[in-house]
Amino acid sequence: MEESTTPVQITVPPNEGMVKDWASDQKAFKGVPWGKAMMWIFLVSDTFVFSIFLISYMTVRFSAKSEWPNPSEVFGLHIGDYNVPLLLIAIMTFILITSSGTMALAVKYGYEKNRKMCAILMLATAIFGASFVGMQAFEWTKLIMEGVRPWANPFGAPQFGSIFFMVTGFHGTHVTIGVIFLFIMARKAWRGDFDTGRRGFFTSQKSHYEAVEIMGLYWHFVDLVWVFIFAFFYLW
Amino acid sequence: MAEGTQQHPLKIYFFVWILLFVFSAFSYWVDWYGFQSYTRWGLILLFMMLKAGFICAIFMHMWWERLPIISAILLPCFAILVFVFIMWHESYYTLLIRKLFFLINGG
Repeated sequence: MEESTTPVQITVPPNEGMVKDWASDQKAFKGVPWGKAMMWIFLVSDTFVFSIFLISYMTVRFSAKSEWPNPSEVFGLHIGDYNVPLLLIAIMTFILITSSGTMALAVKYGYEKNRKMCAILMLATAIFGASFVGMQAFEWTKLIMEGVRPWANPFGAPQFGSIFFMVTGFHGTHVTIGVIFLFIMARKAWRGDFDTGRRGFFTSQKSHYEAVEIMGLYWHFVDLVWVFIFAFFYLW
Repeated sequence: MAEGTQQHPLKIYFFVWILLFVFSAFSYWVDWYGFQSYTRWGLILLFMMLKAGFICAIFMHMWWERLPIISAILLPCFAILVFVFIMWHESYYTLLIRKLFFLINGG
């Protein structure tokens, strides 16, 4: 078990020389492994996909003739005699933030080449993510039982259902894919693939701790998208 | 990792983690307390931007990246705001047309 011996240091690269970096005729993104640059570029494209969903939600909500359902009531839960607004969504938000924290720590320990901590924290992240998907399944079931359909719902504007299923469904798909990859990465880390540089089963590329940070970027992005969905869809 | 060491003290991650919990609690409180109209929207947007900013800057390490990659990621996102602006106006136009249609046809 190798513990990090190098002192922890913060490196703040100088912000000048951006034109030099771009024009260097070698590579624009200095100090960024290609896998990480590619993940960032994918995330930018994914940002556009989610933006288009949220923009279409805005367009549909502003142009709806009938009253938009009040999400605070629709997503409320009955606990005993009380109606708690948005309770499940709040729990889901906190779970996703918890998972984001464990992922950030996994990336940190990955950089320190701390194999065990990295694997355990990624496993924890995966479990939090899986519980998030479980709660989303519960939420979908509850709404479908109450008669919410992509074309109609008993609360108000019929567009509500289609936007709900599309936006949360697409986000849930992202979380699910993330959970699957987190399990794979946790296994790789635990087995020591990132230390031995064992070649990947699918890509035949040498394994690197960089992969943990790339995984982290994806997972934080999923959390980031939820921040926007929570604000615009559930709270607005 | 040969280049671009992203090693930061544990403290900063825990600090941001706690901040995210606090901001989430605040945004939930906005709904709980029942703020309406501009106060509500303003507070929602404020806590949303704070959370998104901290996740992006610290958890995704963007704070420590060089300017070329930061600009390559963030600048395209401003196009989204333009699209929001266009569709915002489009939606009110659609609503107007709908209202006129139902007014004439008695819907």
